[in-house]
Amino acid sequence: MAATSVAGATPRRRRRLSLLTRRDKLFLGLALGIPAFAHIFLVWIPTLASVALSFTSWNGIGGIENIEFVGIQNYQNLPSYPPFWPALTHNLIWLAVFLFIATPIGIFFAVLLDKDIRGTRFYQSALYLPVVLSLAIIGFIWELMYAPERGFINNVLGTTEQGNLIDWLGNRNINLWAVLVAASWRHIGYIMILYLAGLKSVDPALKEAAAIDGASERQAFFRVVFPVLRPINIVVLVITIIESLRAFDIVYVINRGLNGLELLSVLITNNIVGEASRIGFGSAIAVVLLVISLGPILLYLSRAMRNEPT
Amino acid sequence: MTTVAEEQVEAQVAALTARRSRIRWRRVALYAFLTATALVWLFPIAWAVYQSFRPFEDTAAAPVAIATRLTLDNYVNAFTQAEMPKFFLNTIIIMIPAVVTVLFLASLIAFAVSRFSFRFNLALLMLFTAGNLLPQQVIITPLYRMYLALPLPRLISDNGLWYDQYFGIFAIHVAFQLGFCTFVLSNYMKTLPRELTEAALVDGASVFKTYWSVILPLCKPPLAALATLQVTWIYNDFFWAIVLMFTGAKRPITSALNNLQGQFFSDYNLLAAGSVLVALPTLIIYFALQKQFVRGLTLGSTKG
Repeated sequence: MAATSVAGATPRRRRRLSLLTRRDKLFLGLALGIPAFAHIFLVWIPTLASVALSFTSWNGIGGIENIEFVGIQNYQNLPSYPPFWPALTHNLIWLAVFLFIATPIGIFFAVLLDKDIRGTRFYQSALYLPVVLSLAIIGFIWELMYAPERGFINNVLGTTEQGNLIDWLGNRNINLWAVLVAASWRHIGYIMILYLAGLKSVDPALKEAAAIDGASERQAFFRVVFPVLRPINIVVLVITIIESLRAFDIVYVINRGLNGLELLSVLITNNIVGEASRIGFGSAIAVVLLVISLGPILLYLSRAMRNEPT
Repeated sequence: MTTVAEEQVEAQVAALTARRSRIRWRRVALYAFLTATALVWLFPIAWAVYQSFRPFEDTAAAPVAIATRLTLDNYVNAFTQAEMPKFFLNTIIIMIPAVVTVLFLASLIAFAVSRFSFRFNLALLMLFTAGNLLPQQVIITPLYRMYLALPLPRLISDNGLWYDQYFGIFAIHVAFQLGFCTFVLSNYMKTLPRELTEAALVDGASVFKTYWSVILPLCKPPLAALATLQVTWIYNDFFWAIVLMFTGAKRPITSALNNLQGQFFSDYNLLAAGSVLVALPTLIIYFALQKQFVRGLTLGSTKG
């Protein structure tokens, strides 16, 4: 489809380009070239380099002549690297919580706020407020809620004594869930606002027609509105997956992503800024992250480019 | 006849009132639920603000209590002890040029791909869109090595490298955010009539002039929305400067939080004041420019 539309555009393109002077062409060349170069040089070259480096061994000392090709050795070593499985599991738990709990709650609030409600702006603003905060600050704000002796939650629960103290962020059995509550606090608002914009674009006649046909609100949403919002559903799905893979700041400020809060993103970072600089191995973890993120990226591209008029 | 009709009317009225009161109860429940949710949602921020105004001894004695004394000391301490003005300045040095540059470059390439048909238009747009979705950690390892290897004039780099420099952080922000801004702007420019550019070109205007005085002024709405969004995102960035900026004193405010945490250790009131101070600029932007912010996000998702 893309090919035909480009071909169809060719005669028009010729005509228009013939109007252009050399200076015009130079300007267009720079207008395309500079941004494309910046983006490719600092985003795509490193992406490809991550893949290439993952097949090598390099401790970062000395020049690139010290890079040694080791085949798939880094990948073979991944399963025996102690933090790898916890990190992968935590990323998948993160994804599952976002996908099956936070995102549906966000959609639910969007549907509620889409009704004709007085003061809807106030409710929207409240839910949406955490979205403007960085996840690093969110980590700090929730440390104040979760703090063992002076935090709000333990004081309300009365669990501040030695015997019954709940260490929300320190106990490795519960800290991931505590952090996910904080991360969802932000994610729900994000999804709510995106979905609300989608709902506003739905033709009200559709919902009315469903109501006249005797559909309950629930049926009207699941059978009529939800399918119509397929484009926005895909955006929400992609954002949910990508955000869960990007998670880093909040665990890094809480405990540097150790002791129950390991994530793939933290492992990659520790392999370059940590004391042991293992470039090849860190890159192999980055490739795992890349492979997981390719799914949503391709899904998004296939949708965004389908209705591309060229 | 009449009685039957009256009965029917009465029955209908009764049913209607019953339905109305049911609807009213549902409304009340809805409002109660939404209000409760909104309060729960605002609570963590309110709690941080509340803690930030209380003296250390008071919170130590009774963490959850009605305050008897309020103080600004925590703010004064956070501001001076942690040298916050310095870190805010670092943020400004990086953020303002980055936002201006990314919007300028994105508007250029969006103009070129949306007003002219090149064979590689689609490929280019796909590359930008995909690049904007990559997790940062996928590219960080090679990027870190590149930053250590790439030279930069001494004029803008005190170690002659991209690493540990304002320029390096600026550059990665521009490159990374270009994807999203180009996507939004090119979608917007495609909705402007083709005749605009054609007429200007036929009238003898140069392509640059067409871009600068015809298309760009029409793009104020998406540019304003994107600027709001980019200021918030770049302000909120934590990751790039943690890895690519070694000198703690040169880190922007959000990344500097990482070292401030050591100073705030165990003094939660100070931590609260510091958090509120750092969150304040984004909260102000949010309250002042909420419409722009939301429009920026939804422009990127509902179109194209």
